[in-house]
Amino acid sequence: MKIAVCIKRVPDSEARIKIGSDGKEIDGSGVKFVLNPYDEYAVEEALKLKGAAGAGEVVAVSLGTDAAQETIRTALAMGADRGILLKADNAGVDPLPAARVLAAELGEGGYDLILLGKLAIDDYSQAVGTMVAELLNLPCVSAITHLDITDGKGKAEREIEGGVEVVEFELPAVLTAEKGLNEPRYPALRGIMLAKKKPLEVKDVTLDPGGLEVLKLALPAERKAGRIVGEGPEAVPALLDALRNEAKVL
Amino acid sequence: MPFQGVDFYNVESLLSGEERAVRDTVRRWVDEEVMPIISEHYLKGEFPLQLVPQMAELGMFGANLPEEYGCAGLNNVAYGLIMQELERGDSGLRSFASVQGALVMYPIYAYGTEEQRKEWLPKLASGEVIGCFGLTEPDYGSNPAGLITTAREDGDRWVLNGAKMWITNGSTAHVAVIWAKTGGLDDPDSIRGFLVPTDAKGLSAKDQVGKLSLRASDTSELVLEDVRIPKDHLLPCGEGLKCAMMCLTQARYGIAWGAVGAAMACYDEAVSFAKNRVMFDRPVGGFQIQQVRLAQMLTEITKAQLLCLQLGRLKDSGKVTHQQVSLAKRNNVDMACECAREARRLLGASGILGEYQAMRHLANLESVYTYEGTHDIHSLILGEAITGLSAFAG
Repeated sequence: MKIAVCIKRVPDSEARIKIGSDGKEIDGSGVKFVLNPYDEYAVEEALKLKGAAGAGEVVAVSLGTDAAQETIRTALAMGADRGILLKADNAGVDPLPAARVLAAELGEGGYDLILLGKLAIDDYSQAVGTMVAELLNLPCVSAITHLDITDGKGKAEREIEGGVEVVEFELPAVLTAEKGLNEPRYPALRGIMLAKKKPLEVKDVTLDPGGLEVLKLALPAERKAGRIVGEGPEAVPALLDALRNEAKVL
Repeated sequence: MPFQGVDFYNVESLLSGEERAVRDTVRRWVDEEVMPIISEHYLKGEFPLQLVPQMAELGMFGANLPEEYGCAGLNNVAYGLIMQELERGDSGLRSFASVQGALVMYPIYAYGTEEQRKEWLPKLASGEVIGCFGLTEPDYGSNPAGLITTAREDGDRWVLNGAKMWITNGSTAHVAVIWAKTGGLDDPDSIRGFLVPTDAKGLSAKDQVGKLSLRASDTSELVLEDVRIPKDHLLPCGEGLKCAMMCLTQARYGIAWGAVGAAMACYDEAVSFAKNRVMFDRPVGGFQIQQVRLAQMLTEITKAQLLCLQLGRLKDSGKVTHQQVSLAKRNNVDMACECAREARRLLGASGILGEYQAMRHLANLESVYTYEGTHDIHSLILGEAITGLSAFAG
């Protein structure tokens, strides 16, 4: 089975984000970048499928700047066989041009399965995976929490409001991974060294202008300081009143 | 909250992508697997043995040894970063990895026969076999040349007699590298290393109880009474005590890095506490006295980071001297002790609790200050390097 996993380099969720001087992009200096956590589930699932089948190939594909090579190396260190960087200096935030570039690459690859994270934690657009499926005219199951592949057919589970939806599909297909799909492995230290020797192909790509424009980024408003309404049991009525009428949480 | 590291001088930019990836992997593993359990293990006085298979699977044992023996084949900077991150968790954890990698796997790799390498290294790398290193004796610590454990030939066997003390992993180990004299007790050149299976008849290990430091680590006394081992269990290194000392140089190198990890943990905790703890209506971090503490810690940590990195680059280029390793071990452990102490003080009463890290590190580091060449012994090694006059010569 030949599996492609689309991965993205994103700021670490613990990073302190600063907005750049143009007000439209974050200031990446000093920020630690990581493999998008949802894409980690996708990589892990691909590696598990390959391991269970005892054969196959896992290809990590990323759209981004040269720096995304490091992210691809992380996937290679986890166990992916080779990487492809679709190199663009500014991948922007518009999901459709990104999906088009990815689909053009993936459509050529003869993949049985295309896996992505359900979203990237930097822009939260949750769109690229399903767009890729649509552009390739392939079945798509989004936000899966369980996956079985047997005899060229797949069965995936998705968590829906109040229950679990079970979806069957034919291969090839596009799937996006939800938290809980698996427990991603740590890249073994030897794997990190081996990753250096695995092939990583860099292809220059040009993105369509797209139809979205970021006008402004803003940090969330600072949390207001707390207020102490009183002390001891006699403060309880005031606290209840504040929770009911001010915070409206009771 | 995951540990973000301490990097005031952008030392990060001096690391390769692989070195960063190794560090980040171990850092994350420590956050997820060690930090939630370490305080409890420390209080109970138990090494977290359940972590060994994961450490092995990640490749933390003998990580700077070649891949052909099942090791990770990392350079010495990446190896040092592993030690740093492990000791950010706990010195006991780093001690385990140091003993396994630098004191057991390294001598087998450096001095062993090809058969010994093939027999032992893959099993030690995979954690299937745990090793320990027996050099120190009850009466011979800083002066190992005087050790009185003996090895005598008897037909096709070596027969070992003696006692070893302060042996990390001693009760857990499956194999012990025992250093003994094959000649007269006044002949340190006759010191040789032997691979002794710990289930050999006549070998017994006893936990050393009552430790107030390195509590999450196994420290034991080994007694050898007519322990008979096959001839081919001798490590063929003919240079006497020097072979044992070269193992110690490997371990001390890792300790120099590890100490930075412990100091970073204490600094990180102190900064967080200083910003959040309110006294006299403002965070204690706003008071000059705490700012001086933090400034001093950050300065010393930054210096130690740069010291380690250059030491590692020298080691990778094959140019490092054991005196340079002594300087780094001496400086960094001392600086880590100071950081831990100042962090504990900054934390006030909270600083004595197990739910914070500073006092655990402080207590651990007193052992690290003392083992693998005490601080004072390293001063004398440097003294000899400077003056050409040995303080040990009497």
